[in-house]
Amino acid sequence: MSRKGFAVLALVVALLPLALTNNYTYEVAIVVGLNAIVCVGLNLLIGYAGQISLGHAGFFGLGAYGSAILAARYGWPPFAALASAVAGVSFIAWVIGKPVLRLKGHYLAMATLGLGIIVAVVLATEDQITGGPDGMAVPPLGVASFVLQGEKLWYWIVGAVLLATVWLALNIIDSPHGRAWRALHGSEVAAGAIGIDPARHKLTAFVLSAASAALAGALTAHYSGFITPAKASFLHSIELVTMVVFGGMASTFGAVVGAAILTTLPQLLTALKEYEMVTLGAVMMLTMIFMPQGLVPTLEKALAAARRKPE
Amino acid sequence: MLLRAENLSKRFGGVAAVQAVELAVESGTVHSIIGPNGAGKTTLLNLLCGIYEPDAGKIVFGEEDVTGYPPHEFASAGIGRTFQNLQIFFNMSVLENVMAGGWLHEACGLAAALLRPPGLARAERRARTEAGELLTFVGLERWAGSPSDGLPYGALKRLEIARALAARPKLLLLDEPAAGLNPTETREIDQLIRRIAERGITVVLVEHNMKLVMEVSQRVLVLDHGRKLAEGEPAAVSQDPQVIEAYLGVEAC
Amino acid sequence: MSAELVQFLLAGITLGAIYALVALGFAIIYNASHVINFAQGEFVMIGGMAATAFVDSGLPLPLAAAAAVAAATLVGLALEKLAVEPARNASVVTLIIITIGASILLRGLASLVWDKKIHSLPAFTGDKPIAIGGATLLPQTLWVLGATVVAVAALWWFFNRTLTGKAILAVSHNHLAARLMGISVRRVLMVSFGLSAALGALAGILIAPISFTSWDIGVMLGLKGFAAAILGGLGSGPGAIAGGLALGLIEALGAGYLSSAYKDVFAFVIILGALVFLPNGLAGRRAAERV
Ligand SMILES: Nc1ncnc2c1ncn2[C@@H]1O[C@H](COP(=O)(O)OP(=O)(O)O)[C@@H](O)[C@H]1O
Ligand SMILES: [Mg+2]
Repeated sequence: MSRKGFAVLALVVALLPLALTNNYTYEVAIVVGLNAIVCVGLNLLIGYAGQISLGHAGFFGLGAYGSAILAARYGWPPFAALASAVAGVSFIAWVIGKPVLRLKGHYLAMATLGLGIIVAVVLATEDQITGGPDGMAVPPLGVASFVLQGEKLWYWIVGAVLLATVWLALNIIDSPHGRAWRALHGSEVAAGAIGIDPARHKLTAFVLSAASAALAGALTAHYSGFITPAKASFLHSIELVTMVVFGGMASTFGAVVGAAILTTLPQLLTALKEYEMVTLGAVMMLTMIFMPQGLVPTLEKALAAARRKPE
Repeated sequence: MLLRAENLSKRFGGVAAVQAVELAVESGTVHSIIGPNGAGKTTLLNLLCGIYEPDAGKIVFGEEDVTGYPPHEFASAGIGRTFQNLQIFFNMSVLENVMAGGWLHEACGLAAALLRPPGLARAERRARTEAGELLTFVGLERWAGSPSDGLPYGALKRLEIARALAARPKLLLLDEPAAGLNPTETREIDQLIRRIAERGITVVLVEHNMKLVMEVSQRVLVLDHGRKLAEGEPAAVSQDPQVIEAYLGVEAC
Repeated sequence: MSAELVQFLLAGITLGAIYALVALGFAIIYNASHVINFAQGEFVMIGGMAATAFVDSGLPLPLAAAAAVAAATLVGLALEKLAVEPARNASVVTLIIITIGASILLRGLASLVWDKKIHSLPAFTGDKPIAIGGATLLPQTLWVLGATVVAVAALWWFFNRTLTGKAILAVSHNHLAARLMGISVRRVLMVSFGLSAALGALAGILIAPISFTSWDIGVMLGLKGFAAAILGGLGSGPGAIAGGLALGLIEALGAGYLSSAYKDVFAFVIILGALVFLPNGLAGRRAAERV
């Protein structure tokens, strides 16, 4: 399933440009890809390891601002800035993950939510370095005089990074580490009894998910050339979690599908701009009430049931 | 002695669940723990695998003082267990439950897990085969590919045993493996415990079913209200007037 | 004590009283259902916004306030009936998303039904400051504190002296046993959502003359109320009040002496510290998992 699914995803990424007619549609596709990168990582934490985070936009924002600040204020080469930002955010996640991941359920939700809000407020307040609530300009990615610009080029960059992220995620899910995560999710005591150290494995899932959020954040900053603290806000954290849960927890393709649908939906509904929040809220509630497993797992089950019937 | 517990005690608020219990388990034996409901059997097992930390006392496994270790280090020292209230990974298939049990022997680096080099792919295939063999050993081979939430109760009990065996424990703690099973299934568990012992795995068995205990165990510890009431060979223990009064007396009413 | 300090303490206690009311709402729903209702802050918003709308349409203040509490209570009941009840056995994450979805939906609805402007309610009994030792006290502050005390006393009476209140406590201790005693768990859920919504709305009406109200004030108030509930130990009534007051004081003192830009951060720094170093909250206790 996962190998076939990966081939299908690669095909979609390769063929989608045929349907993308203008810069705007390319732009939407790029944002879908960037959100999908975060969601595939976040799903490792929420869907597989079973640990909630309501603060991942904080890591997204730290990655974005980290790379932007190193490149714009300190003149680092953008690629070095991006790599250092991702590494730095991973390290931060590792340090704070240790005490925070001892918490469970609502307490963990509270702690991650608090971390996200702290990051968002700091980014909005330290305007000397971050530009404050109005945001800051970010230099484009590139080496020396060669800069990566233009929607088409960025489409392929984001497409490639997404495929790489999905490939790595599928590998680790189908490895002893992935089984350890699912074991923790299934029963933490039983996982301990077969030698799985809960703290260690929660931490790896947390760090990997933070790294993917930081990577997507840094790419977003350099791609759009501008970044505001809204990207680190509580609402953005919630949007990310909703994409994961809507697509289907513990389903990598679900995370991609969730990101795709919930990113394009508001674009399709621009005529209903005023109703955007109402629609988002209603979608969140209705899917969770009627499809708590999420879209992709529910469809997979229905498909499997339909296939079984004719026999 | 494979396992020696000295003066183990554990309280929950006002309840002294386990009080100054001594236990010495000899390598290669089946050592049973019996006692009425609430006697402290499960609590004792939880102490012996690190789920609870004792308020007092000491646990030595082999040569190693393991007191105060976290649960996963009890497991890597070689102590495995099953649970009275099933703790199956219902989010995984039957085979994956057993493969997860092999974590200690298949642990790999994070980089390898992300990149899946050929070495890991080979190890995965081997783990899959071994898990399949364990499922055959406990008699669940036909369920291998099924999701675990579709299994009947009796099969889940055996799945717990297969998962624990996948960690290749030296000592296996079984908490009421036959509870809730019908007589045929109970006999099968009886057989299974013998075959586990034949593999050279030492077993500590908590069980309600006296017949099962008398048949498979070399030594029996009787607990009552968290205290040791008697200990010895099954035949001797079942004759002990104190045991008959406390344990069988309670059973009768 | 310097006048400045007194001023900050007064501001802190006022804010703390509001957080305490919101935190009590969290605690009541959590006890009855083990659900954290992330839409709790929206009840505060609805209370304030509805009251200003009713006053603007010509209702006298007391009537407008009563109508606003009633409106929020209806929303709370609808939330329970339509969104929480159908998902009773869902996982923690699912319920979190449902109630966050509800909060976004309510916020969106508020911006449509009313508008996206900032509103304020006239102070209940004028706004001529009362001077105490160099500091000034707004009459509305006395209303906030007085009404909070009355609400807390009424809640105490409800949970300890009435049958319905005792039934709610029974359900919070043991669902099965409560059902066996003939208590309708569903009714208890309805009552607790209604009660929490009413408390939230009350908070929103009390604070509207001091700090204004708008369609989006619910997010921060809700999150801080949640922080206060956790600080006090989830599910504990006295804990929620203590947690609310503590957070209010910390915020006011932090904003006064350290940095007003970071006023929203102090609450979360404290709650993170408390979670990491005092994992059971100030008053609550968590039982060991049983296997
Ligand atoms: N986690 C716990 N918290 C509080 N009390 C417990 C806990 N675990 C066990 N107990 C109490 O300890 C006593 C022994 O329980 P247990 O070990 O489960 O007995 P057994 O397995 O022999 O039936 C009982 O009174 C039980 O209520
Ligand atoms: Mg027991």
